[in-house]
Amino acid sequence: MTPPPLVLDNVTVAYARHPAVHHLSGCFAPGSMTAVVGPNGAGKTTLLRALVGELQPESGRIDRGGLAPGAIGYLPQASALDRSFPLACAEVAAMGMWAAAGPFRALSPVERDRIEEALAAVGLRSFAARPIATLSAGQFQRLLFARLLLQDAPVLLLDEPFNAIDTRTTADLIRVLRRWHGEGRTIIAVLHDLELVRAEFPDTLLLAREPIAWGRTAEALTAETLFRARLMAEAWDETAEPCHRATSGSRRAA
Amino acid sequence: MGLIEPFLEFYFLRRALAGGIALALSAPPLGVFLVQRRLSLIGDALGHAILPGVAVGAALFGLSLVAMSGGGLLAGLAVMLAAGLAARGGAMREDASLAGFYLVSLALGVALVSWGPAQLDLLELLFGSVLAVDDAALLLMAGTATVTLISLAVIWRPLVIETFDAGFLRAQDGKGALWHLWFLALVVLNLVAAFQALGTLMAVGLMMLPAVAARFVSPTLAGQVVASVAIATLAVVAGLTLSVQADIATGPAIVLCAGALWLALLVAGPEASLAARRLRRPHLAR
Repeated sequence: MTPPPLVLDNVTVAYARHPAVHHLSGCFAPGSMTAVVGPNGAGKTTLLRALVGELQPESGRIDRGGLAPGAIGYLPQASALDRSFPLACAEVAAMGMWAAAGPFRALSPVERDRIEEALAAVGLRSFAARPIATLSAGQFQRLLFARLLLQDAPVLLLDEPFNAIDTRTTADLIRVLRRWHGEGRTIIAVLHDLELVRAEFPDTLLLAREPIAWGRTAEALTAETLFRARLMAEAWDETAEPCHRATSGSRRAA
Repeated sequence: MGLIEPFLEFYFLRRALAGGIALALSAPPLGVFLVQRRLSLIGDALGHAILPGVAVGAALFGLSLVAMSGGGLLAGLAVMLAAGLAARGGAMREDASLAGFYLVSLALGVALVSWGPAQLDLLELLFGSVLAVDDAALLLMAGTATVTLISLAVIWRPLVIETFDAGFLRAQDGKGALWHLWFLALVVLNLVAAFQALGTLMAVGLMMLPAVAARFVSPTLAGQVVASVAIATLAVVAGLTLSVQADIATGPAIVLCAGALWLALLVAGPEASLAARRLRRPHLAR
């Protein structure tokens, strides 16, 4: 499984004129495993939402190499979902089969077995019939991982996947990540735990609206770069002049 | 007078019963989805929204079912589409945009009713008269029930996913808007079909009360849909009987019966009701 590289060309994403991601250029190589690190309000979630196509960049270009929309697996911060919804765990996991089964086709016995396997892989064996209302936050997060497993996507975007999750579950889910990495999938994860990043993620993008550092984790996360990331002002600068930094590549040609 | 004899004796009562059961089959499952979407009050809003269409239809073509239903359907779909598109465009949340559009629509409807040449009884529009169900209205209700149940069976999977996690379906390019608007169109269709028998206000009662009550019967979505239909059917039969025996207006009688069932299940239903919470079995007991 070799996904195409995800190439960012001078990307700026703005809310109400104020940039959340500012002039970001670079490339997530096929099969790379990158942590996105930065202070609150640094544009980490915005970057993921732009990569998955939920947000359109105000300027610049994102080249997904022709990946179909369903080929990017996206795990948003889980808090948005209604966990009292009357669904069973297997039903939520089965949503990951959408790209394969579509709105109408029945699932084959083989596919049903795959749902069982996915639940087992995240430590939710025998949870298939349990209503999701009975799950803890950590168990629910594992269920979303199972859904992501079934999506079988070559590119995976994870937004703070280990928030509010105990160390054992985190270790379980890290094992899933390692397996994906070994299979050559591209992984991009927003994380706050720098120890975890240093231990598990070969590459790091340190973001503070503008990219501070992007490269091998050891080089990207130094005392100096982290200090510079902390200097980012969270408040909007209402007096900021319009930014006239040269736009590169295709836009300049156009 | 016995409980069954009136139904044997009066043709119009049997027709009201058939129409009521048709509504009971199709409206409550939609209500279950509305509850899950946290849009319990949207039925109310759409019910009001169809009023100007009904008024215009009646003013232009007289008090015919086709004119009034057609007008109501058009007005309801217009408000639903406008609100849905405003929300999808990200301008505001769906409940807020629906509130805005339905209030304008309701005011327009009342203004048209008061100004129009036809002598429309506003009270009858809002509360209906189930005993005046004629063949055309009965066919409309039965047709609506058929279309609704078949539609729900077809769009069940995408509708459930869209309701639970719209962002996921969007990321998968699953055409979430299509299923969502299809569903809302069914809601409008059911309200229009019900308005002559129950009136716009009472039609919402038969859609939402059994749906809310079903939460206390089953923990699964499919179970709640089946339970809501059973509760609504019971309410229709009991309401019609009550209306004949106690000489109460039929629409309110049916909705009151649904309300009574809801309150009873809220207190003593098998699932998550007050009693079920109070009478907890000891932990790990079988």
